[in-house]
Amino acid sequence: MDTNLPPAPLRAPPALALAITGSGGAGAMRAGEILLAAAASAGLYGRMTRAMGPQIRGGEAAALLRLAPDAIESPPDSIDLLIALDWENFARFADEIPLTQASLVLADPDQGPVPQAVTASGARIAALPAKALARAIPGGRANMVALGAASRLLGLPRELLADTIAHQLGAKGEEALAANRAALDRGAAAELPALARRLTLRPSAAPRWQLSGNQATGYGALAAGVRFVAAYPITPATEVLEYLAPALAETGGVLVQAEDELAAINMTIGASFAGTPALTATSGPGLALMVEALGLAVASETPLVVVDVMRGGPSTGIPTKSEQTDLNIALYGLHGDAPHLVLAPNGIGDCARTTAWAVGLAETLQVPALVLSDQALGQSRAVIAPPPPAPPTPGRLLAEDLAAFRRYDVTPSGISPMTLPGTEGGAYVADGLEHTPRGAPSASYTDHAAQLAKRARKLAVFDFGADWADAEGAGTIAILTWGSPTAAAREAAMRARADGLAVRVISLRLLAPAQPARLAALLTGVTRVLVVEQSDGAQFHRYLRAFYDLPPAVTVLARPGPLPIRPGEILAHLPVQE
Amino acid sequence: MNALTAQDYKSDLKPIWCPGCGDYSVVTALAKALAELGRKREDIALISGIGCSSRLPAYTAVYGFHGVHGRALAVATGVKLARPDLTVLAAGGDGDGLSIGGNHFLHACRRNVDLTYLLMDNQVYGMTKGQASPTTAPDWCESKLTPHGPEIAPVMPLPLALAAGVGFFARGFSGDPNGLARLIAAAIRHPGFAVVHILSPCITFRPEQRGWKQQVRAFEAPPEATQAAALARFAEDDGFTTGVLFAATRPAFMPARAARRTPEALAARFAVQPCSD
Repeated sequence: MDTNLPPAPLRAPPALALAITGSGGAGAMRAGEILLAAAASAGLYGRMTRAMGPQIRGGEAAALLRLAPDAIESPPDSIDLLIALDWENFARFADEIPLTQASLVLADPDQGPVPQAVTASGARIAALPAKALARAIPGGRANMVALGAASRLLGLPRELLADTIAHQLGAKGEEALAANRAALDRGAAAELPALARRLTLRPSAAPRWQLSGNQATGYGALAAGVRFVAAYPITPATEVLEYLAPALAETGGVLVQAEDELAAINMTIGASFAGTPALTATSGPGLALMVEALGLAVASETPLVVVDVMRGGPSTGIPTKSEQTDLNIALYGLHGDAPHLVLAPNGIGDCARTTAWAVGLAETLQVPALVLSDQALGQSRAVIAPPPPAPPTPGRLLAEDLAAFRRYDVTPSGISPMTLPGTEGGAYVADGLEHTPRGAPSASYTDHAAQLAKRARKLAVFDFGADWADAEGAGTIAILTWGSPTAAAREAAMRARADGLAVRVISLRLLAPAQPARLAALLTGVTRVLVVEQSDGAQFHRYLRAFYDLPPAVTVLARPGPLPIRPGEILAHLPVQE
Repeated sequence: MNALTAQDYKSDLKPIWCPGCGDYSVVTALAKALAELGRKREDIALISGIGCSSRLPAYTAVYGFHGVHGRALAVATGVKLARPDLTVLAAGGDGDGLSIGGNHFLHACRRNVDLTYLLMDNQVYGMTKGQASPTTAPDWCESKLTPHGPEIAPVMPLPLALAAGVGFFARGFSGDPNGLARLIAAAIRHPGFAVVHILSPCITFRPEQRGWKQQVRAFEAPPEATQAAALARFAEDDGFTTGVLFAATRPAFMPARAARRTPEALAARFAVQPCSD
């Protein structure tokens, strides 16, 4: 392995960022997936996000990778290496590929002039005639030439790429594999300038997983006991369902494709009423349709989990790209006083852990739980350390004394023992109408007040423990964030610490019910706060203002999607001045 | 053999329905059918939406779910697919099932999950005090919302269900609770989605429906067994023919499942295999 290049600058982690772009059929995504898998086999960690247009098939696409010898989930400040298979529609995602003078761009001279957006960055530009090199090989493909060039520049053994290709594309036959191998060799042999910095390969024996956030979400649900899913396809949540359909069938569960989101959530409610932990997954427009039934789950005290993989809104918005703008509807969308759970994973592995915790909490508290993932987490693939299991929860409280059974009994904990169909002597009617403790419809103030208080109490007195937020670091400055920007906040704080500036990062996992005493404890000694979120309307900041006491000096970095918030931006916004 | 009587399937709650409402007889017929079939109360789930008729679960002694408007069939589908061991029924009115819940009605017919659907039709929204429903005639002018009548053609539940692929369709009249009980029992026995379209008069807002007892007539032939034959025979039906009108054999929808692996075993598929050298 070539190690005669300078190590990465101290302030940035020793990671490399790479973009492979191309129009439909060019194979940019496939090349990215192969590279990530090969890097994983080489002992690296990494993440690949996807930037895509709205086309069903054949649109422009960019695979954005970041690879490092240690765990890395943050987007980079800039791209070290851009390999453009062609320049068609490049302008559509140029915003998402920040280039600097330190960047190297490999351009195919046969694909026309390099766009002005690229030349203006001052990046070094080198020719990689990928198409011509590929054409010289029967069955050769330009994306494989590009992979060969990438392997050389990154210092990844070419053998590893060849093995990965054989593993991923082996079904295409010996002839195709030989062509791919020859194309890899051509790319690796091309005359190219070196990258400004390169990776240190450190073969890792630590167990690692490679998966997408949406797969992690599905797995978390399964691990927590979900055995019924009903859902309606929607971008960018569909992969949660594609993972779960066969996985549920293997583990004794069922996935049903419903006729719409109204049916999906109501089927989920039915399954849960029948005793099976149940979940549905959707995105913003689907969540909007589900809100009435969420209120039903609150009133009837039916446990369920709704995963919302957020995308740009409102309305159809930007279906293929990320934004953190469903916080308001998740917190406040229900009519009536309807206490419920809202949780958010803050990393790809955490999609599994937080979803599993949400299932356990929903079952325990007999309440719907919303899990706010987003496109950036859901549709990214990452190589990560296996996530730790979710915090344990007691699960559903089943009635033992059926002689005294009253489904909506007013209890000190607010949790009323329930029965499941099939239990003799335990029949009751679950109701969205306000009801008496026994479950009979009631319009009386006394019953309404007692049931409202009971439903509020079960969330207020439950001890959610330290997992409600992830907190790290010390000092008087704190970054307050949630969800997918957490990785960038962590990297920013790490870089600040390397420069001698102590910064805390507090990432809220449990958004409802709010935990003001717990946040106050985490903010002890903090005088300045930077709020970081991907929402033009600063929904998270407004939420913090509504439920928490913040120090007087608050700076807000709130920006709409689809651009990810990058660690360098967070550093630039850190309120270092008193 | 069953020790339970029809009365045992009823609860002690007093219905909110108006005196003379057809829905009282539906509770009676349902309880009688369940007693005849000898199903255990705890093994039955009765799911409803919103409306006068959707109050039905509270007046029975089985497990019940009184959900939101229009979604009874979706909730019932979830119950049955999660718990195939249960006998699952859904109940509701013409507005609940054919207007706000119309999409679920279509898809329940084609999905053919083993459910029984009691569609209680009085051609009016009673709970909101007398508006036109999807089955109201275009010239019914008694609602303040539509003083000139709805002016649009009513939905015909039978051809709608047939077109959507239903496997069983019976029509009953609440004025004949014994006959209705037989139809409900046949529907529960049918292994698939079974619709019992129940003419259940609202004498408060549609007093003229007192005349339905003169209009109904029994269908004396065996039920039609193919969609084409049923569509042909009932194309001109006035909606007052009662009995089992259609019964076909179609496989009920029930996804296969087997707990062959644990989630932990599935997690192994995420593991990165390090390179061997």
